[in-house]
Amino acid sequence: MSAELQLAAKVVELVRELAGRSAEAEVNVRHHALALTRFANSAIHQNVAEATTGVRLRLHLDGRTATGSTTLTGADGLRSLVGRTIAAARVTPPDPGWAGLTRPAALHVSAGHPGSGEHSGLAFGFDEATARATPAERAERVRAFVAAAGGLETAGFCRTEYVSAAFANTAGQAVDGRTAEAAMDGIARHDGADGVARLAASRLADLDGAVLGARAAAKARAAAGPIELPPGQYEVVLEPTAVADLLQNFSVFGFNGKSWTQKQSFAELGAEQFDPSVTIVDDPLGSRGEPAPGLPFDDEGTPARSLVLVREGVTRAVAHDRTSAAEAGAESTGHASPASRSWGPFPGHPRLEAGPPPAGGAVDGPPAIAESARPFVARMRRGLLVTDLWYTRVLDPKTLVVTGLTRNGVWLVEDGEVTRAVGNLRFTQSYPRALGPGRVIGIGAESVLLPDSWGGSRYAAPALHLASWNITGNASG
Amino acid sequence: MSHFDEAGAAVQAALDAGARYADARVMVCRTESMTARNGAVEDLGSDESAGLGVRALVGSSWGFYAVPDLSEPAARAAGRRAAQIAAASAQVAGPPVELTRSEPVTASWASDCVVDPLSVPLSDKGDLLVRATTAAKEAGADLAQAGYAIWDTRKWFVSSEGHRIDQHVRECGGGVTANAIGEGEVQRRSLPGQYGTRGWELVEELDLVGNAPRLAEEARELLTAPLCPAGETTLILGGSQLALQIHESVGHAIELDRILGWEAAFAGTSWLDLSRLGRLRYGSELMNITIDPTFPGALGSFGYDDEGTPATKRHAVRDGVWVGVLAGRDSAAVAGLDYAGSVRSDGWSRLPMVRMTNVGLEPGPHTLDEIIAATDDGVFMETNRSWSIDDRRLNFQFGCEIGYEIKNGRRGRMLRNPTYTGIGPKFWQSMDMLSSETIAWGTPNCGKGQPGQVGHTGHPAAPARFTNVRVGVRG
Repeated sequence: MSAELQLAAKVVELVRELAGRSAEAEVNVRHHALALTRFANSAIHQNVAEATTGVRLRLHLDGRTATGSTTLTGADGLRSLVGRTIAAARVTPPDPGWAGLTRPAALHVSAGHPGSGEHSGLAFGFDEATARATPAERAERVRAFVAAAGGLETAGFCRTEYVSAAFANTAGQAVDGRTAEAAMDGIARHDGADGVARLAASRLADLDGAVLGARAAAKARAAAGPIELPPGQYEVVLEPTAVADLLQNFSVFGFNGKSWTQKQSFAELGAEQFDPSVTIVDDPLGSRGEPAPGLPFDDEGTPARSLVLVREGVTRAVAHDRTSAAEAGAESTGHASPASRSWGPFPGHPRLEAGPPPAGGAVDGPPAIAESARPFVARMRRGLLVTDLWYTRVLDPKTLVVTGLTRNGVWLVEDGEVTRAVGNLRFTQSYPRALGPGRVIGIGAESVLLPDSWGGSRYAAPALHLASWNITGNASG
Repeated sequence: MSHFDEAGAAVQAALDAGARYADARVMVCRTESMTARNGAVEDLGSDESAGLGVRALVGSSWGFYAVPDLSEPAARAAGRRAAQIAAASAQVAGPPVELTRSEPVTASWASDCVVDPLSVPLSDKGDLLVRATTAAKEAGADLAQAGYAIWDTRKWFVSSEGHRIDQHVRECGGGVTANAIGEGEVQRRSLPGQYGTRGWELVEELDLVGNAPRLAEEARELLTAPLCPAGETTLILGGSQLALQIHESVGHAIELDRILGWEAAFAGTSWLDLSRLGRLRYGSELMNITIDPTFPGALGSFGYDDEGTPATKRHAVRDGVWVGVLAGRDSAAVAGLDYAGSVRSDGWSRLPMVRMTNVGLEPGPHTLDEIIAATDDGVFMETNRSWSIDDRRLNFQFGCEIGYEIKNGRRGRMLRNPTYTGIGPKFWQSMDMLSSETIAWGTPNCGKGQPGQVGHTGHPAAPARFTNVRVGVRG
């Protein structure tokens, strides 16, 4: 039994002692070791690490619910947590939305590889070396990134993260698991233009700072001397780094079970809302050879599993925790988080299924273009190649109209060739409409694992070739 | 109970391990939040967090380590670890790091608070949210939500230069939102979330229950209101929207770490060039922006920042000319400036970094009524709904919850989905009327840094008028 599970069991016992056996309680214990080495102007300027254990208790007592958390995990701290959460539950107004506790249920994990995907059948998953990575190992990757940029100014980070967590409730569910992740994200800068390289992995050893630095530098060099283009509708090829933003917004606002039950989501189950080439799956346990990116259970103790959100263009599911599931007459999909009762449960590890390999094999192209985007660039008559999207915000959640900007490299493509670098552009675009029936020209053959800036989520994204993207502004306004 | 000893132990351990400067913060943080939906409490959380973060400067390299353990042995271990991390940073070292001069201070500071928000019974707070959402629901909202948040933070700061400062900051705020759900879209009206370094009296002044019916009626009316027309026009912004405009297009742009490229890969840089500090025209002569952590009750107020620099008011923009930045001791030294004072962390586990304090507009000579009366043709917009700005803080697009046509000096039809877009300095140079009706708006969700930090910032602002602004952008 892990130290975290022992701690969780101790809190469950404290609840029984102080609140009686009728109290319903959920306890999450999470040990989180996060280290991030950050660089700018081609030097490490911020280098941080923390190791924190936190305990979160949700208590339902006499029809009323309260939540408390603490980082004080000694006997006094735990007793204080339980005591004040009981006190809060006794005086708060009734909670008619309480959906009860998760019954004991087995996790969907491979024996011997906690945290790995049950369907992977591969001997990977939790990587001890990543969990124990040193500042020197992260700095070494930064040094390689900087060196590979060939004298261009660089900035970014190398991050390692280790989570060991446990869940226990008064209904008898008791599970634990652990996960590790590494990520690197950096830019190179040349003559006012930036190029980016970004990658997530379950093993720090899979991150090659030199490869990423060279890619960012190639993009920055190719992005110099940009022209300005007028607003209008443009055919676009979005590289995986840009597609990750689509997956994030689809997840947070569209496949969010609470938004869906409140009729604020575009999602209509069973409707052909996307092009038939589009399949989106949430994969907390990993699949298709990808290491497990998440814990094997959620914050309500529900075992995590793959969830098909869109299959061949038809919207199939939204993510639920127990509260939104009860409201929708559905079952929890294992997407509870500390904030899901307020903000809604959403998929944290969405994957857009990659398309078929290009006929005739790989397509050559300049290193500034992501490999999976090259076939699309080669067949585009006139349009834009976009590396990254930035500061995207939702104008209307129902239609998922989003405004944002391009970043880290945009190019005009004419007759299958990149002809000019373009300055950053503002767009205002309905994301579901952009991927609607008949509007997806192609999906890249390789899904790239990409980190979330704030951690906790990961995206598997191929390149996308879309018929139209609504550009609404440029550097002049 | 003081935690100076633990902070001091961490600092001493870092020095013993080779640091030439170190500082440490012990923080004990309590937060409480509640949300309600459609007349029922939805979530109630009460969190307690305590720990120590220590920062060490070895040679020209920084290291930071944090632990949730307030014992002296743990503090000493954290100090050593921070120095080790700093030593690893030297594998990719930058230029020499200097710190601007800071007089060692022994001090204690607390924010003003009439009613301790944590002392108000939970049942009273719950009843308030239940009544507010019930009132909105009964007035026609399809979805009514309300919430409040409370932060109670105590911190003890020690530096190797002799600072010993303890502070107690109490913050709170809340809001209510009414949504009307139509066939193709959702319309929202909310009382702009208001937060400050004040007690529960701030929430009581918001009158959540009294405002809820109006918000619900406006949200429902928006479903059938005409769209905001597209084109260039005169734009009048309400105070809360102007507060966010200041936050995004001035506050972040004047952060010295962005200007120096330290945030280039994530938050971005700034269009501002230090060589033009003191000469660059940022906006019209009505534009006077101050950095003022002494503003009573505003959300970005404190006695000392997280480097021990005392709170001081200074201008960022004077009569439309850019004259100041938000700085820390190391960034100021790089820029050749002699002031710091804007470095904060969002908790004991995060590295202090350059953050906004209270960045706001000094009052103007007009009133909102005078501004509307002086406008023949334009649009009034109020309450933010979406915000987006580029990585140099130039190209912005904001959406507001509600708009009104302005014709011949009068407020006319309600307009739905109002948006406006522009380029920062061009926009600010078009400001030709500014109200004196200043409110210190608070933004409790400013994201910055890696690992991410959530900052609390204040923005005194009043309604203002801008000319030739592009409005009505949509997808």
